[in-house]
Amino acid sequence: MSDGFEITEQCSGNRFHCEPGQSVLKAMEQQGLKCVPVGCRGGGCGFCKVTVLSGDYECGKMSRVHVPPESRACGEVLACRIYPLSNLTIECRPREVVETARQQTTTKSMR
Amino acid sequence: MRKGVMRPGHVQIRVLDMDAAVKHYTDLLGLIETDRDDQGRVYLKAWTEVDKFSVVLREADEPGCDFMAFKVVDEPSLQQLEKDLVEHGVDIEQVPEGELKDCGRRVRFKAPSGHTFELYADKQYTGKWGITEVNPEAWPRNLEGMKVVRFDHCLMYGPELAATYDLFVNVLGFYLAEQVLDGDGTRIAQFLSLSTKAHDIAFIHHEEMGKFHHASFYLETWEDVLRAADLISMTDTSIDIGPTRHGLTHGKTIYFFDPSGNRNEVFCGGDYNYPDHKPVTWQAEQLGKAIFYHDRVLNERFLTVLT
Repeated sequence: MSDGFEITEQCSGNRFHCEPGQSVLKAMEQQGLKCVPVGCRGGGCGFCKVTVLSGDYECGKMSRVHVPPESRACGEVLACRIYPLSNLTIECRPREVVETARQQTTTKSMR
Repeated sequence: MRKGVMRPGHVQIRVLDMDAAVKHYTDLLGLIETDRDDQGRVYLKAWTEVDKFSVVLREADEPGCDFMAFKVVDEPSLQQLEKDLVEHGVDIEQVPEGELKDCGRRVRFKAPSGHTFELYADKQYTGKWGITEVNPEAWPRNLEGMKVVRFDHCLMYGPELAATYDLFVNVLGFYLAEQVLDGDGTRIAQFLSLSTKAHDIAFIHHEEMGKFHHASFYLETWEDVLRAADLISMTDTSIDIGPTRHGLTHGKTIYFFDPSGNRNEVFCGGDYNYPDHKPVTWQAEQLGKAIFYHDRVLNERFLTVLT
């Protein structure tokens, strides 16, 4: 296991291994952990929003409704669309807070 | 079809990455790419559909559904429906012929649930894909993936179900096929149909307006649903739930997500209705069984994960 990174989720204390190129959420699911809620796994629904407290990572495409640029800049991202480049410490906010955030977003209809 | 609204015609879905989306909808579902336009939109159809397209993909920075359209029998009916919508107090927008390639003019409006719908009468008739019109074979041999038969319906999540019911039933001529009522008799889910199908459009109550739960595609058999499940695993596609059976409609089903997080369903079977049938009612306290007939428990992801 020389390759890969260790992910620590701060609220639960869960630690899990993530392969290079693997999303944090997929690594968590594969190891049977549930510290981050699993939604669409495609960057679309915002269910798996976490805050990255430390470490480097790359981002895939995520819905702008759930991850506007200002959130992305402060590490509020979707676990299904982050790929670690180092060990990471993440925090999964309690669901009620996520829900409030979801209700505050407005969905633009078209264009 | 009391008012000339005939059937679901197309759905425009927003995707984060067009290449990944096209691969999903063609290689996995088995839709056929029929065209692209200068906006970068990709047009797709299922093989039994007679018109040029039923699914349009548009790349955007948030996934979801732009609009769903219903085909109307003819232009005079479309003109009458336009008048009826205006009289009902609905703001309509005229979308000119050709805005979607090879599609006639569309009448666009927003339902009280926050979803955008369209009516149109004309689209290029290209015939069923891969088989001849005269002496047709049973199916084309070069279909991919799940080989879906047709785009069947959408399920939308939003508020104002009663006003949305009024619009769809009294103005557009849908009928209520199935419903979920809470303890006060308030309708929290409505499955509306134009045909003998269990639903052509469905709505479930949700506080936020205009949310998209899924677009659904029809398969012939339970074996096809199991084969779809196999393909979902083989391609490491994000699964939601299934294969299982719904209580509502009694359809046999599996749910999964496209690469942008839009939910898809493929299903077979399901109840049928004729005009002398009464709506089927489920009580909200039986919602677990109504949604997942085997597990009989609600699944939070199915109820709350939306685009």
